[in-house]
Amino acid sequence: MSPLRLSAVELLAQLNSGQITSAELTQAYLRQIEKHDPKVKAFLRVDAAKALQRAGEIDSRRKAGKKLGRLAGLPVAIKDLLCTQGETTTCGSRMLENFKPPYDAAVIARLKAADAVLIGKTNMDEFAMGGSTENSAFQKTSNPWDLARTPGGSSGGAAACVAAGMAPLSVGTDTGGSIRQPAGLCGVTGLKPTYGRVSRYGLVAFASSLDQIGPLARSAEDAALLLEVLAGHDPLDSTSVDMAVPTYSESVKQPLANLRLGLVREHFGEGLDGEVDAAVREAVRVYESLGATVKWISLPHGKFGVATYYIIAPCEASSNLARYDGVHYGHRTDEKKLVAALASERTALETAGRRAEADALDNPLVRMYRESRAEGFGPEVKRRIMLGTYALSAGYYDAYYLKALKVRRLIRQDYDAAFAEVDLIAGPVTANTAFKLGEKVDDPLAMYLVDLYTVSANLAGIGGIAFPCGFSSAGLPVGLQLQGPPFAEERLLQATHMFQQATDWHRRYPAMFTE
Amino acid sequence: MTQPYTVIIGLEVHVQLQTRTKLFCRCSTKFGAPPNTQTCPLCIGMPGTLPVMNREAFRLGLKTALALNCQIARATKWDRKQYYYPDLPKGYQISQYDLPFSHDGHLEINDPKGRFETKRIGIIRAHLEEDAGKSMHDELAGQADSRIDLNRAGTPLLEIVSQPDMRSALEAKAYLTELKLLLTYLGVSDCNMQEGSLRVDANINLHVDTPEGPVATPIVEVKNMNSFRAVERAMEYEAERHWQVWQETHQRLGAVPKQTRGWDDVANVTRAQRHKEESSDYRYFPDPDLVPVRVSDTELTEAQASLGELPADLRRRLEKTHGIKPYDSDVLVGAGRPLVDYFVELAGICGDGKLASNWVQQDVMRTLNEQKVEIDQFAMRPKQLAELLAAIQAGEIDTSRAREVFIEMVASGKSAGEVMKAQGIVKVDESALTALCQELIEANPKIVADIRAGKLQAASNLIGQAKKKNPNVNPGRFREIVIELVGKM
Repeated sequence: MSPLRLSAVELLAQLNSGQITSAELTQAYLRQIEKHDPKVKAFLRVDAAKALQRAGEIDSRRKAGKKLGRLAGLPVAIKDLLCTQGETTTCGSRMLENFKPPYDAAVIARLKAADAVLIGKTNMDEFAMGGSTENSAFQKTSNPWDLARTPGGSSGGAAACVAAGMAPLSVGTDTGGSIRQPAGLCGVTGLKPTYGRVSRYGLVAFASSLDQIGPLARSAEDAALLLEVLAGHDPLDSTSVDMAVPTYSESVKQPLANLRLGLVREHFGEGLDGEVDAAVREAVRVYESLGATVKWISLPHGKFGVATYYIIAPCEASSNLARYDGVHYGHRTDEKKLVAALASERTALETAGRRAEADALDNPLVRMYRESRAEGFGPEVKRRIMLGTYALSAGYYDAYYLKALKVRRLIRQDYDAAFAEVDLIAGPVTANTAFKLGEKVDDPLAMYLVDLYTVSANLAGIGGIAFPCGFSSAGLPVGLQLQGPPFAEERLLQATHMFQQATDWHRRYPAMFTE
Repeated sequence: MTQPYTVIIGLEVHVQLQTRTKLFCRCSTKFGAPPNTQTCPLCIGMPGTLPVMNREAFRLGLKTALALNCQIARATKWDRKQYYYPDLPKGYQISQYDLPFSHDGHLEINDPKGRFETKRIGIIRAHLEEDAGKSMHDELAGQADSRIDLNRAGTPLLEIVSQPDMRSALEAKAYLTELKLLLTYLGVSDCNMQEGSLRVDANINLHVDTPEGPVATPIVEVKNMNSFRAVERAMEYEAERHWQVWQETHQRLGAVPKQTRGWDDVANVTRAQRHKEESSDYRYFPDPDLVPVRVSDTELTEAQASLGELPADLRRRLEKTHGIKPYDSDVLVGAGRPLVDYFVELAGICGDGKLASNWVQQDVMRTLNEQKVEIDQFAMRPKQLAELLAAIQAGEIDTSRAREVFIEMVASGKSAGEVMKAQGIVKVDESALTALCQELIEANPKIVADIRAGKLQAASNLIGQAKKKNPNVNPGRFREIVIELVGKM
């Protein structure tokens, strides 16, 4: 059997027992990338030589009987939002097209220490802003189940590469659903941990109070293995939490007895696709068959989630992205052209006798800021910077930002109340299966609504997991989302594993996988 | 005050806190390193980096706020102040906006010369923030590039905002002097204005007396004052300028937008700085990368305990324990704690605070100045100086000869006794002194007549003659004997 059909846990066992080498395994994934990525376009960059060299080193160390890290020899794909030392990190933006950070993100350092083989950087919506990966400045990623469709986003490349068998494990980030939504649309397992569980150091910030790094994999077991490496306190991230990291890879195997599942009434209303509805309800019955009890609950402020999110996230983004001004690094407009343009504008105005307008022209610095940002950012990023700048402006702060913070607190309170009655909340990841590429690019609001079921977890800071629970008649994956109380990652993984032991949706492969 | 107005001044002081490392990263804060050598990905604003608060900076801020009698917020937070400038690499400054860690304190100022009455200057707030980098602009604007040095970016600053409680340039200077002294005593800053460790902005206007009562003139912010003297002169200049403007325009507060003026230290004038077209909106919001800071009871107690004796208390103690005048305690305390300790030790040994104070203020401080050393490096310790003062107190030597001995002690490192011995200085005993006096009285009948006629200053002539004959003659005692003997004639 092709190693690509095996889970990361199984591969690790084979690596450890010497049945396969990391070089062979890495080579197999590189071949898969070579074969399919020209169509899927999940990767922005793959450094085959470097990956193989690294795999070779790990193999020799293994051969020499040296102690190896937790992921020794397993290839892992990295979302291009995470800084990798000395290697291009673009965030899907022209602004950082040639940016090479002089440091590793905390999770990259952890992966390296765990002897993972970093196989490539995956495509994403520019600065993680989007739900289809179409906002990447470089390429559009396709859904491996239907190349005409989106893999979701913003971690579209991260989900698609796992779905297409181009990497066993991949690391994504989730600000409003950016791990769970693409995982759902691509039929893989993706976990957004509780805020503070994983260090954000070296994660290029979109919305600092919402961003969280998490694993994407083929199963809960594999995700548990990766999360175990990613999670942990980091003194360099003041918002990371100093709490022991459970041995997720072990605890994931223990089924939960007397699981109390909550179903949110509001999640099963208007707008939910019939096939998705049916698959989710069927998944709930699977849980019941495994001994779970189900209770209908309400998250009354959930309906304000998207609105709240689209105030808070752009506010933070407008501030976080202010640093891309062309001064210190990143894209800077052509200075000679800028100076020449200003001079000719001045001459034209002065010749026309429009002295005042000539005097009011930008100074070169301001023009440099304007042009560099105008050229470096794509339309969605600009839209959110404008939204955030507006909402934080004097006279609007209270009405928008402050009010959004209040609603955010209410959303969290809803969850706290719910988790007093149930262990986990189950429901759809998205209202529909993967949509067509280009379908929503001209309708930002429709695009924002794909986060409907996922944003609240970010606003509340809690964890959530998405995994396949069925397929539509068109053969597209349908995702189930579980959400848990703060730091209940173990419970989320256990519940997912229980389901995956009872079903085989997560072991289905798109046609290209086996070609 | 004869002017028909009151000057109203409030000051904003930025103080660099003396931490080893920056406020949110572990880069060194040392001044004077080559440009951009004390930087890291965080303080140059690279993506993905995250700030981590330097607790030592917070501790120093807390200490200062307590010394300024401020209320301490038990929970405080960080905010982002957003604006674009090349020396602000993140596009925002991490500061404190609506919940500063301290507020509502005061600092007492006084003038030993009595030009104003002792008063309390209110402190509105003291908050922490990070410094920006430095821009170095080419003098020929547009001819060359501006350069940016980010060594300073991220250095911890304490911003201390006073109430508009100062009523003259003199009070403003006194406030700054007292504040600087306090900060120095606390050891929280080196307060070096040349290196930018202490920066002052002033807000000034007038309350003009009119038949309808006092009327406030528009407030002007004055920047670019690089010394306390500059602040004093700028405030004097501004008060006068406001008065002229008032007489010409009768503009009241609110009639025109707040103006910012820069002090020109060479021309001794303030000049209007270029108007910003729109009023700046800093779009403050809480920094989501940092967690709120909580101040524990222990931390507060420890900070309180670390204050030590503050300048105002120290002055009072010196006056009370050593019987010196406020003017003297002001000079001594103003010269720093190590000098005060020197004085206290000296006064303790010789038992005469006034004598000790005079010698420390004049001879010791002059020598420190000449040698450009601090009191700690001054070789003559209080015990050694006390030996000289004891000789004066015993009448073995007069003050002017003692000064010569002091100079020789400094130069040679010898003890007072050794120098006096080498110079043959011994106490002339009473009988020898009386004999010499008798001899001179007999030789100078005219002078004696003058003395008898009540011209006591004529005795100086005899003292001069006596010193020529025997340089060891104590002029004070000799004078007493002259008057006594002449009186008996």
